[in-house]
Amino acid sequence: MNLSISLEHYLLLSSILFFIGLYGVIVRKNLLMLFFATEIMLNAVNIGLVAISNYYGDLTGQMFAFFIIAIAASEVAIGLGLLVIWFKRHNTVDLDSLQSMKG
Amino acid sequence: MNFDINLNINISNFIDTSTLLYIALFSPIVGSLIAGIYGASPKRIGIGIIVSSLIFLSFLASAGLFLHLYFGGSIVNVRMMDWISAGDLSVPFGFVADQVSVTMMLVVTLVSTIVHIYSIGYMEKDKGFNRFFSYLSAFVFSMMFLVMSDNFLGLFIGWEGVGLCSWLLIGFWYERESATWAANEAFIMNRIADLGMLIGIFLIYWHFGTLQYDEVFAKVNSIPVDIISMIAIFLFIGAMGKSAQFPLHTWLADAMEGPTPVSALIHAATMVTAGVYLVIRANEIFALVPEVGYFIASLGAFVALFAATMALVNRDIKRVIAYSTLSQLGYMFVAGGLGAYWIALFHLVTHAFFKALLFLGAGNVMHAMEDELNIMKMGGLRKVMLGTALLMLIASVALSGIYPFAGFFSKDKILEVAFDTHNYILWGTLWLTAGLTAFYSFRIVMLVFFGSARYKDFGIHPHEAHGFMLWAMTPLAVLAIVAGLFEHQFIDFVTKILPVYNFSEGIHEIIGQLVMVTTAIAVTGITIAVLSNMFKEGLFTNTFKSNFIYKLLDNQYYIPKIYDEVFSKPYRELSELFWKSVDLKIVDATVDGIANCILSTGENTRGMQSGNLSIMLRLMVIGITVLLISAILYSYADSILTLLQGVLN
Amino acid sequence: MFEMIAFYTFAFLIIASFIVVVTSNNALYSMSALASGMILISGLFFLLNADFLGVVQLIVYTGAVIALYAFAMIFFDTTKNLIEVNSKKIIFLLISFSTILLVFIMTAPIKSEAVTALHPIHQGVGNTQDIGIVLFTKYLVPFELAAVMLLVAMIGGILMAGKKMDMLVANEEIQEATK
Repeated sequence: MNLSISLEHYLLLSSILFFIGLYGVIVRKNLLMLFFATEIMLNAVNIGLVAISNYYGDLTGQMFAFFIIAIAASEVAIGLGLLVIWFKRHNTVDLDSLQSMKG
Repeated sequence: MNFDINLNINISNFIDTSTLLYIALFSPIVGSLIAGIYGASPKRIGIGIIVSSLIFLSFLASAGLFLHLYFGGSIVNVRMMDWISAGDLSVPFGFVADQVSVTMMLVVTLVSTIVHIYSIGYMEKDKGFNRFFSYLSAFVFSMMFLVMSDNFLGLFIGWEGVGLCSWLLIGFWYERESATWAANEAFIMNRIADLGMLIGIFLIYWHFGTLQYDEVFAKVNSIPVDIISMIAIFLFIGAMGKSAQFPLHTWLADAMEGPTPVSALIHAATMVTAGVYLVIRANEIFALVPEVGYFIASLGAFVALFAATMALVNRDIKRVIAYSTLSQLGYMFVAGGLGAYWIALFHLVTHAFFKALLFLGAGNVMHAMEDELNIMKMGGLRKVMLGTALLMLIASVALSGIYPFAGFFSKDKILEVAFDTHNYILWGTLWLTAGLTAFYSFRIVMLVFFGSARYKDFGIHPHEAHGFMLWAMTPLAVLAIVAGLFEHQFIDFVTKILPVYNFSEGIHEIIGQLVMVTTAIAVTGITIAVLSNMFKEGLFTNTFKSNFIYKLLDNQYYIPKIYDEVFSKPYRELSELFWKSVDLKIVDATVDGIANCILSTGENTRGMQSGNLSIMLRLMVIGITVLLISAILYSYADSILTLLQGVLN
Repeated sequence: MFEMIAFYTFAFLIIASFIVVVTSNNALYSMSALASGMILISGLFFLLNADFLGVVQLIVYTGAVIALYAFAMIFFDTTKNLIEVNSKKIIFLLISFSTILLVFIMTAPIKSEAVTALHPIHQGVGNTQDIGIVLFTKYLVPFELAAVMLLVAMIGGILMAGKKMDMLVANEEIQEATK
């Protein structure tokens, strides 16, 4: 049994975390939970990128992870602002209350 | 003579000749556009005045050009701009004012001015007053373009332009079913002929490599005669359509559905003579092929008699005049076909005057009779409309060819040419036609203006037209009387570019007798018409009306019916067949199928657009799954293919 | 051996806390679990010799993002649990199927041996220094853009959550109601 940790281990972990996040996105109806799930997915991808960066001795993956973190931070700032407005208007954070686009 | 020279200098100094040419050509279209802007608005008398003034300006410019040429000025040829230049083909917007085109310009603008002024009165109660003037001026522009162009393609533009305006004006009262039908008939008949004309123009370009008149005529001797015959035939087919020669003649009588000023301007004086103008203009082509010329002359003589016989029995005043126009066009083609081009042009000019006069007079009668056209319901109108009666009498006398009226000189010349070229059959036909012409002209006059006032039975209260309308017609009447006296000046003027027709020596001895004979039959025709209507109403008793010949003539030789049976009905059946089998089952089905496909796709997928975010997220996940599957399939594509091959083998 | 133990420990804990995040009915529990998951991920980054990113992860996520969530939660009524609809079998099926597919892809053997580093990691040089050099040379423009984006996001967040915006929205609603 090979006891060393290979790239595949990290990628496997990354995909499992990604789908935990995806599950959250689909199943939860709370908009705040949706944000949490999105963060999970972004972090899952980051793990994969950093792992590949390490195994190939290339900094590009870390660069991407860095920018993803920056984007995630912006997304949270804007998204929470929108969510606060929505909550003030409708007094709910239920996903199914977002029906105004229905034609 | 001193005065002449001074005048000449004056005109040349006063204004540049090319400016005159542009004024003559473009002032009608300016009027048309001005009237067109107000096309949908209610009647404005000012529009009529402005447009008429612009046409009059065009007339003055044409007259200026005429004087310039008459006193020995050089031919004005301007090249406004390049139009088409592709490879070897170079067609400019070029215009020429030579002796022939300036004559036409003068006639067109003169008659147009009179008709425009007349129309102000004639159309006064029509709600399409402004629109009418817009169309009418557009027509004048097209006609000027036609006669002034210095190449065949420009002529063709004008040719199509007058066709379009004719269509617009015949169908002017488009609420009437018959008017739209007549407009379409005229348009379609002309399209058939125009195809021939286009082929002729193509042939000219193919063999001459140019479309400019002067270049084509310079090369005409270096082209094989059979090619020239082809060109002549195809050009003449175009002329046949525009000038309503047999067998494309039916549209002209139906075109009388349009307002009467239109009939006077387009369907008597100008547009229908465009065919004759084409023959005159292309005389160097037609002169080379006497066989084609002889055919043209024979057809012309046939149409002259054919139309005159139909005019004998018709009871519709405008249709009688229309058939008379047809008959006179036949005369012109006889002259043109026999090589006497200046005589054809001369008859064209004199005919324009008296026929326009006749139509305008008929318009007055129509107005007076509350749009009643049946001459059997008129009679005795001279008591209420003496002015119109006099004018129409002058026109009829001129049409009959009585000395010293204009018709005598021009028509007699044509008869002399026919006799001189030893075409005695043609001469005989035309001679007989002259008698018939005199008869039907006076039949109208008698039935309309003399005899008992039959209109009283129908409760119509006729009234004379406006004074200015009659005054507008007066110049035409004067010209119908005196135009023939200027024959020698006319010959000198136009034969500067048209070939001179030399009568043979022998003809001079019998010319007096010929004139006598012709005048005799004309007088006979008039006498019969006058006498028959003097004593009883109408020559044709009921027993006569059951006669076969009368029926034949009354039904226009059944030609409209034959066209209907031979062309229209089979075409309609064929169209219905294609409509039902090809269009509905194949074309429509395909188009509808595509539309239905898209519609059903939309119907089925509209559920996606519920606006619900969670459903959208689920769809997104499905999309991700599909992408993953395709990624795997793609990366294992090679192995899967090998596997499949193994399974298949 | 140490690496293996550390990896498995971290992996197990991360998965566990994230499962808590997506399944918990209490928003506060979820948030706490998320914060712990983030910290544990930074541990993985240290394990992968990405020291700088590990620190950034700690500062940005646990420091900023989670703090932001915590402040945002003040606005919401977190005690009111939303009814979750998660009974659809097709969703589980879809998720598990695509997970298997992705795992299948991720664990596929790498065929190409000729992978050359675009920005190689230098031995004997600190990770922060390495990243700094690449970030401020090759990725300067994206870095600046990211900075501007963060600024814009900050302003946007303040504006939207701020009191003035609240009044504006309220005014609009009053206007709509009176129409």
